[in-house]
Amino acid sequence: MSSNFRSWGTIPHPPQETLRPFWVSELADLFANQAQSLAVGNGRSYGDSCLLQDHPVIQTTQLNRIIRFDRQTGVIQVEPGVKLCDLLTVVVPAGWFLPVTPGTSLATVGGAVANDVHGKNHHTDGSLGCHVLSLDLLTSDRALRTCTQTVHTDLFNATIGGLGLTGIITAVELQLIPINTSWLDVRYQTFPNLEEFARLSTEARDDYRYTVAWMDCATPGSAGRGVLISANHSEQGDLTVGTAAAKFSVPMNCPKYTLNKYSIRAFNALYYQLQKRKEDGVRHEHYQPYFYPLDAIGHWNRVYGKKGFHQYQFLVPLDAMPVMSDILNTITNSGMGSFLAVLKEFGDIASPGLLSFPRPGYCLALDFSERGEKTAALISELDARVREAGGAAYPAKDKLMSADSFQQYYPQWTAFRQHIDPVCSSDFWQRVSNTSVSTHQTQQPDKL
Amino acid sequence: MTMKQSIAIIGATSTVAISVARKLAAEDVDIYLVGRNEDKLATVAADLAARGSSTHTIVTDLANLDEHAKVLQQIESATHCFIFHSALTDQAAAESDWSMAEASLTINLLSPLSLLHGLANRLEQQKTGSLVVVSSVAGDRGRASNYWYGTAKGALSIHCQGLRNRLAKSGVPVLTVKPGFIDTAMTAHLEKKPAVLWASAEEVADLIVKGWKQQKNVIYTPGFWRFIMWIITRIPETIFKRLSL
Repeated sequence: MSSNFRSWGTIPHPPQETLRPFWVSELADLFANQAQSLAVGNGRSYGDSCLLQDHPVIQTTQLNRIIRFDRQTGVIQVEPGVKLCDLLTVVVPAGWFLPVTPGTSLATVGGAVANDVHGKNHHTDGSLGCHVLSLDLLTSDRALRTCTQTVHTDLFNATIGGLGLTGIITAVELQLIPINTSWLDVRYQTFPNLEEFARLSTEARDDYRYTVAWMDCATPGSAGRGVLISANHSEQGDLTVGTAAAKFSVPMNCPKYTLNKYSIRAFNALYYQLQKRKEDGVRHEHYQPYFYPLDAIGHWNRVYGKKGFHQYQFLVPLDAMPVMSDILNTITNSGMGSFLAVLKEFGDIASPGLLSFPRPGYCLALDFSERGEKTAALISELDARVREAGGAAYPAKDKLMSADSFQQYYPQWTAFRQHIDPVCSSDFWQRVSNTSVSTHQTQQPDKL
Repeated sequence: MTMKQSIAIIGATSTVAISVARKLAAEDVDIYLVGRNEDKLATVAADLAARGSSTHTIVTDLANLDEHAKVLQQIESATHCFIFHSALTDQAAAESDWSMAEASLTINLLSPLSLLHGLANRLEQQKTGSLVVVSSVAGDRGRASNYWYGTAKGALSIHCQGLRNRLAKSGVPVLTVKPGFIDTAMTAHLEKKPAVLWASAEEVADLIVKGWKQQKNVIYTPGFWRFIMWIITRIPETIFKRLSL
């Protein structure tokens, strides 16, 4: 039993009691004995979807064994606590890679499935849920079900992107993708504004498996400029494994004046100039720095100081680009713009996940230092715009989403609710499933 | 050296053993896994197989010394042997109940000695291979709070010392590993405080593999325990008696 578990956004929260089983065989008893609980991974969610006040969470990081790996077919089955970096260590030398990877390799496979993570290849490969062959799901009644697209389909769909609420994932079977090298051919293209980004992104869509853009959200007058980074797996190079160990670490929380609007603007300007230099020709980059640049800096979340930060990630439909511009202006004018904003065009490959975030559109992720009411007001304003545009925000990043917003972003939530394990809950879920404040309340009370 | 290595991991379901085995498996070796729980052994073996090594599992209760001859036979092709098995002793129970003290001595001392007895004779003849034995910092000085565990580990450390000197003549290195607090299944019930004194199994495994490759004699894991134990073993007994350690 320990209480060191933290959410990645570092906004102070009460100590989270944590149980850490070492064997999958211990899970059934442990889970059944809790009044309330939640399976969590390596704590890489930013908000409160990985927290549960007054009850212990069950952390799966010690359940980190590979169950089966077929080097011929690229099918791998693992326990939920295997970190993505550890999985890569095994599969890359054999010529395989994760079909979809988020921007950190320190997340667990179970966590990645429960958040149905997406990557820079959403337009070509969809979200991770599209590549899950089977899930073993333990429920608090001690039942263990193997769920696939055809067996226990509803539970399979509810568990992908299900925020850990349907039970505990005890095994994940994934179809990996073949690679010839662990390197990528990367192209950098700067753009002056969002319209130009949209054009370049559309152009790159068919020729590049991976596309993502960094955008300046901080500098008045230059907001919307950025760099589109497009890449394919390279045929040149070796199959070396990257090291996820941090090259250096932020030793402690930085003082609050480290990040202010001037340092953030300076950072954005410098970053833009550095990226601009890469524009000539194709660059050859290893997967580790390409996919996981921030993993090289241990505890990078500490730069936001002890008050922590919010990440806000949302998407709007493809035809709502004017809304994106509008939102960008709001952020720039607020003076709270973040030092790295990531922009990505999502494709139309649907995930089996009932509660999945990705859908066709433009998706933007940014960090905001925690400044109490001011931050809450900004995010609430952004949520209003996103709702109006028919978009959605991403639960894995969130601590502030209102029940109203959630229920509008995810109208499927009422169907999802039926699959929640009676023992499972999270702070996030308790907030967003609150029907008493909802204007979108369904007329079916749970109990009469 | 291109020849395939053959390694025995005794107490293979211990958290540190699993981490060590994984690090060695990446280098394509034949691994013998010895432990009590068949399901857990199978889980570990599958994991190592997925990492490219061939595995053999041997299910036995290591506290049952009568089985050791058979176990030694089953692992007779293993040239490098790592002994991990250990059980924390309930000091209070051992003080009041001899059978608890005896059980602690059996699993933490007699069992590794019985295995080392056979292994040492074989490796001495073969003039190849190595031995790695996980002891504990608890064996460096008797303390009121855990001297039953400390007794077993202290005797184990001394035994390894002697064995190292004997086998040096045959070119068989013996590594004594003295871990401090490790966050493992064995210590899951303990509070991890102060946090700086607790190491992860992963970290300790890294140090063990490194020490083994460098053919070290005695390593403390992590290394700062050498310093802590240097101080602790130098506190005069008259003062030590008044400390509640």
